Amino acid sequence: MKMITVAGPPSSGKTSVILRLAGSIKLKIGVVKFDCLTSFDKARYDDAGIPVQVGLSGKFCPDHFFVNNVEGGVSWGLRQDLDVLITESAGLCNRCSPHITGITSVCVVDSLSGVHTPRKIGPMLKFADIVVVTKGDIVSQAEREVFAWSVKQANGSAQILSVNGITGQGAFMLGKKVLEARDITSIEDTRLRFTTPAAACAYCTGETRIGEAYQMGMMRKMEFDG
Amino acid sequence: MIDFDVIIGARTLESVFAEYPVARDFFLNLNLPPLDEKKPLAEALFDATDDWLLEFGLTRAEIPELFAEFLRTMTATQAARRVGSLTILGGRDKDGAPENIELRVEAGTVISIVGPTGSGKSRLLADIECLAQGDTPTGRRILIDDASIDEEERFRLEGKIVAQLSQNMNFVMDLTVAEFLEMHARSRAVGAAESGDASELINLCFECANSLAGEKFTLDTKVTQLSGGQSRALMIADCAYMSRSAIVLIDEIENAGVDRREAIALLAQSEKIVLISTHDPLLALGADKRVVIKNGGIFKILETSPEEKRSLGEIEKIDRLLYNARRTLREGGRIDNVGDI
Ligand SMILES: Nc1ncnc2c1ncn2[C@@H]1O[C@H](COP(=O)(O)OP(=O)(O)OP(=O)(O)O)[C@@H](O)[C@H]1O
Ligand SMILES: Nc1nc2c(ncn2[C@@H]2O[C@H](COP(=O)(O)OP(=O)(O)O)[C@@H](O)[C@H]2O)c(=O)[nH]1
Ligand SMILES: [Mg+2]
Ligand SMILES: [Mg+2]
Ligand SMILES: [Zn+2]
Ligand SMILES: [Zn+2]
Repeated sequence: MKMITVAGPPSSGKTSVILRLAGSIKLKIGVVKFDCLTSFDKARYDDAGIPVQVGLSGKFCPDHFFVNNVEGGVSWGLRQDLDVLITESAGLCNRCSPHITGITSVCVVDSLSGVHTPRKIGPMLKFADIVVVTKGDIVSQAEREVFAWSVKQANGSAQILSVNGITGQGAFMLGKKVLEARDITSIEDTRLRFTTPAAACAYCTGETRIGEAYQMGMMRKMEFDG
Repeated sequence: MIDFDVIIGARTLESVFAEYPVARDFFLNLNLPPLDEKKPLAEALFDATDDWLLEFGLTRAEIPELFAEFLRTMTATQAARRVGSLTILGGRDKDGAPENIELRVEAGTVISIVGPTGSGKSRLLADIECLAQGDTPTGRRILIDDASIDEEERFRLEGKIVAQLSQNMNFVMDLTVAEFLEMHARSRAVGAAESGDASELINLCFECANSLAGEKFTLDTKVTQLSGGQSRALMIADCAYMSRSAIVLIDEIENAGVDRREAIALLAQSEKIVLISTHDPLLALGADKRVVIKNGGIFKILETSPEEKRSLGEIEKIDRLLYNARRTLREGGRIDNVGDI
């Protein structure tokens, strides 16, 4: 089974791209969707006949939740006899990234999101093998070019692919890269490409009250001028 | 090939920045506090705190390497690929019947694509955009300079040799026309010399866009506030002067309030290969050749004949009449007699 991690900001077009990808390669694809509180993607995958599992991270950072559950996802994929297992996660904190060494990683960014966005997204884009740019159909050629340049700045070694999440244009090029992905039977002992935060604070463990008295663990204080 | 490792090791940051303006972005992207630019990078880095380095998971030794890699990527990205010709090798139509066609298009040529709606005009443009190698629903193959393109080359060229313009495209950046053009110029500049030429290029682009647009706009207009016609005019001028792409695909830009013929002439004159899918007779006949699509396949390729060029003159008159009628109405006039407008 091949495995691909797909990450990207909310509404950047991840589900659309995965659906178009599934339509362009003749392989059995299954998806594990990691989300925060709710997910509307299950119905879309169901409609397309793609087996899907949804994991809601609730009070955990979705990326940490991801690391804790991804092995379970791999076993599920193997039991389902998938050719390709895809994980979809929205990197909500922008600090973390679900990309794993040796596993083909995709970051989906949307050209409407502003030309500097690729430089702000962080590890999720910086450590991706492939950066898929969506919604190029509605912005000018010049903005597409500047956007690609901005992606290059943040990640010079990634393959940049333009995919239209609605028409599927460009999805088959992504399919070619997916077919090149390594076959795996387990991801035990592989590593994340980027560290998760070194710190845990009181609020990480459920504290809601505000005030010095309630703050524990590792924390960092801002310095305010004046 | 420029050896950036040597440059970075030997020269002060100041002099690297002067030659490669894009180099500054490397430090901005990493949110590095200002370094002493009078020193070479390795030396300047002694001022950065360990805390900062840790935050980004970086080591002092690693930064010059990453910086060199950044400069290599950013300068290599810009190298334009010249394209002398594009060839379309026929595939099959929607029923699987072979097209039996070979169309070679040279730089500076304009081809129009006509056919009923749903016939496959946009599909043909899509085949060119992805440099199809028999792997799209049409089975067509695209050659560049008479050679097929292997997989690696195709991925390398992705997004680099084909520019697109369509009716659905809008500007989304919150920038003025001047800032917008500067930004585009900056993104394509390799070294300082080119950045220097940018202001000339920007003016050229701006003036040309204004001559294509019905209503004039200024350099300090926000691009998002341009009218449909003005936006289209700016996109076309930008494509002609700023975009490095050698092939321009246009999907329906008619009725946009721009001087369409002049726009197409401008693109052709910039030695680009231009393909326009259109239902507009002016654009169809204004091209050197037109491809007729039927049921998903290339059905005919017609050279625009001298007779057709004459007919084009007649159609232009009608077009001008319509244009003037529109203007008269816009300005609050009456059209009591068509002969008067
Ligand atoms: N040779 C072909 N084989 C299979 N499918 C095809 C072929 N040519 C076109 N199609 C499909 O037919 C559909 C309609 O084609 P397309 O959108 O290109 O039409 P069009 O000529 O651009 O129409 P319009 O004038 O309305 O824009 C698309 O889904 C396209 O992929
Ligand atoms: N115009 C356009 N819309 C797109 C494209 N890709 C996705 N969308 C739309 O963007 C919205 C968010 O897409 P979705 O796939 O749900 O994003 P996700 O949250 O990242 O999974 C949907 O309404 C899509 O239809 C694209 O390439 N072009
Ligand atoms: Mg989704
Ligand atoms: Mg069309
Ligand atoms: Zn996180
Ligand atoms: Zn916390």
